[in-house]
Amino acid sequence: MMPQTLMDTDNPILRVQNLNIGFNMRQGMFDVLHGVSFDLHRGKTTCIVGESGSGKSVTARAILNMVPRPGVINGGRITFNPDGTGETDLTALDPRGKAIRDIRGGRIGMIFQEPMSSLSPVHTIGNQIVEAIRLHQDVDKAEARQMAVEALKQVEIPNPDKAVDRYSFEFSGGMRQRAMIAMALACRPDVLIADEPTTALDVTTQAEIIDLMKSLQTELGMAIMFITHDMGVVAEIADEVVVMEKGHVVEKGDIHQIFDAPQHPYTQKLLGAVKRLEEPAEAKVRPTGDQGDILRVEDLHLRFEKKEGFFQRVTDVTKAVDGVSFTLKRGEALGIVGESGSGKTTVGRCIARVYDPNSGVIDYAGQDLMAAGDAQLRESRKQIRMIFQDPFASLNPRMTVKQIIAEPLIVNGIASGQELEDRVAKLLTEVGLDPSMMERYPHAFSGGQRQRIVVARAIALEPKLVIADEPTSALDVSIRTQVLDLLLKLQAEMGLSFIFISHDMAVIRYFCDRVAVMYQGRIVEIGETEQIITDPQHPYTKALLSSVPIPDPSLRGTRQRHRYQADA
Amino acid sequence: MIPFMFAISVVAFLLIQAPPGDYLTTYIAKLGESDEILDQASIDNLRARFGLDQPLYVQYFKWVGNILQGDFGMSFEWRQPVSDLVWERMGLTMCLSFATLLFTWAVAFPIGVYSAVRKYSIGDYIATTIGFIGLATPNFLLALILMYIGVVHFGSDVGGLFSSEYKNAPWSWGKVWDLMKHLWLPVIVLGTSATASLIRIMRANLLDELNKPYVDTARAKGLSEFWLIMKYPVRVALNPFISTIGWVLPNLVSGAVVTAIVLSLPTAGPLMLQALLSQDMYLAGAFVLLLSSLTVIGMLISDILLVLLDPRVRYE
Repeated sequence: MMPQTLMDTDNPILRVQNLNIGFNMRQGMFDVLHGVSFDLHRGKTTCIVGESGSGKSVTARAILNMVPRPGVINGGRITFNPDGTGETDLTALDPRGKAIRDIRGGRIGMIFQEPMSSLSPVHTIGNQIVEAIRLHQDVDKAEARQMAVEALKQVEIPNPDKAVDRYSFEFSGGMRQRAMIAMALACRPDVLIADEPTTALDVTTQAEIIDLMKSLQTELGMAIMFITHDMGVVAEIADEVVVMEKGHVVEKGDIHQIFDAPQHPYTQKLLGAVKRLEEPAEAKVRPTGDQGDILRVEDLHLRFEKKEGFFQRVTDVTKAVDGVSFTLKRGEALGIVGESGSGKTTVGRCIARVYDPNSGVIDYAGQDLMAAGDAQLRESRKQIRMIFQDPFASLNPRMTVKQIIAEPLIVNGIASGQELEDRVAKLLTEVGLDPSMMERYPHAFSGGQRQRIVVARAIALEPKLVIADEPTSALDVSIRTQVLDLLLKLQAEMGLSFIFISHDMAVIRYFCDRVAVMYQGRIVEIGETEQIITDPQHPYTKALLSSVPIPDPSLRGTRQRHRYQADA
Repeated sequence: MIPFMFAISVVAFLLIQAPPGDYLTTYIAKLGESDEILDQASIDNLRARFGLDQPLYVQYFKWVGNILQGDFGMSFEWRQPVSDLVWERMGLTMCLSFATLLFTWAVAFPIGVYSAVRKYSIGDYIATTIGFIGLATPNFLLALILMYIGVVHFGSDVGGLFSSEYKNAPWSWGKVWDLMKHLWLPVIVLGTSATASLIRIMRANLLDELNKPYVDTARAKGLSEFWLIMKYPVRVALNPFISTIGWVLPNLVSGAVVTAIVLSLPTAGPLMLQALLSQDMYLAGAFVLLLSSLTVIGMLISDILLVLLDPRVRYE
């Protein structure tokens, strides 16, 4: 409609110039952003890339002048020029004043990472969208409601008339994020800031949200600032890329320039970490062919029953695991991949007998774990250990690292006194941590280090089988490969077998010998990892693979995405 | 609800039957003090007249049966129908509870919100300090201090809920006004500790909610800070306020007996204590039953309000 302003690269709609942000701590001012500069242009998507702690989110909030306390903007300017007529310095406005509040939501919309908690749980979706509309436009309630329905329709939410009166917790994660986008776009903003909008979503949902944002951008001609740590997503959506590290912009430029000829070592490292995940690990030790089975699972079933009323009648049955069978060889790594709700975590927990399956066979090295009593389970749990997703939640913050790692040794009466200390020190060295750190508490460690502690705890009893449930999902990409390499090293040294649960195909490809694809409680396809990735047979596997972002911008748009619809 | 009330009536009855002896034992002991000896025949006679010679379950069903017809029996001690005694007292207790509840909310809500939003400000420290003092001060001590201040500095008539000229007068506007004049003291005394704890609860809850992403979302919409806080985090943090309806009643009755005696309030507490001491079983039973029922009803009301307020509860 307005081609010359749409592509007007000389007049950026928003300029961030030498932005400095400090956190006012007791010890004095502590800078988190050091002179950050970049521009946003109408009709273009600028990706801000960096690992956690690089200052991406705080930059986004600074644009709306809502830096959380104790942060203060202590240098630089953010100028906003939506019409090409005059600049407004956003940093100079009163953070609680009317002027900035008119821009927030009205001219600059924002969506956040957590679709689960970014919408109020006690107000309807409609209520929250109507509020956004009426704050900036002079319309009555009925008109605003009609506009809210339109906005929901635009983000492809089915039955928008009904959805408008629903609460956020009645929606799935993807639907909530759609509602968030609808709310942010309800007032037709000139700039949309998206802070990791797809990180908490499944790959298939992520692909849909990215497509949606792209088509809305062409429709509305807005500038998008897209914050992410995922280079694959960057390759899918960005026109311009800004790479941030520890509060500095280390590199910025055109998408092809960044991907084809990265200049800064940090950019190269980020890209390298992604590229490495494009293929199987070189250090992978394949089990030799004549190894026997360590685990055989046959026709496993687990139903969750929803009970209601005074007599606890069963009103609803969810088949979480619906006839799962597989075998695992000694020294082999089997990946289980699937969307959230596919039952992959439940399978893992059934094998560890955290859950009691309803029926089936779990044969661990000749022992029937289904029928095992408490004493036998205590024995088998020494050999079958679990690693969980969230290294922040799975370590007790009130125990020192030494206590955490020593706990399984003490509980099983294996070591005590000086011997115990030596073993903990040895375990820490094995996972690549300094043994002198053992008296510290978990909060003193970064996410990657914590996951190493979790691994040390898991291998303390010299297990035979490790069930790793999304062990790298909460970690940054560069740390992700480090943890995977650690697990590979341990697998080679100790001859461990792995069941590796993940939603991330790249991680599975890097780590696993074989992979099982789960959908709605069943394994739809199982086989050699490379074979499944290069030549998927089941339509669901094909759909899943088609949603994985390709970290190569020149291949953008070459792949047809589709979502798998199961037959009724 | 109904089975629950039934269970309560059984427990209430067993409770009042639990102490050894019955009203007659106390009565005989009392007579013995004034050197009057009853012969066995007249004791048996009395026992039969009061129905105390029958087995427990018969007594229970008689009692419950009469209650269902609105008859709570006769008080042994006061020689009056229990209902006459109880209703006046319960009415005043309810009135006092309700006033205390309103006072607690009215004070705790703004202070709690303020001290959460302005965390670690001077105002927060002052509110927190007062809150801790309020929690730590025993009610009866506060009652004595306030009475002293009231009498010495304002020369007002404290103690009781009515002035002497209205005490036995029928209800009139004058009497209501008189009640209002006397109500503030017990309301403050009884409400202080609840207010203090509610401030703490409100502050802690709101602090949790203030950092939730949906608050940021609302801020990014351009909502002003005041409405933002009122509409979103406060709304979610409000649940404990509703829950207080359930526990304010039993708290007032069981916890406030000492205060009620110090302030000579004509509420249920002191009379119930007296009834229990003299094993006046029908009177005591009626109190226990009514208070338990009110607690259950209070809980029910707060649950219903919670469901209305929080769609997440409804969804479950």
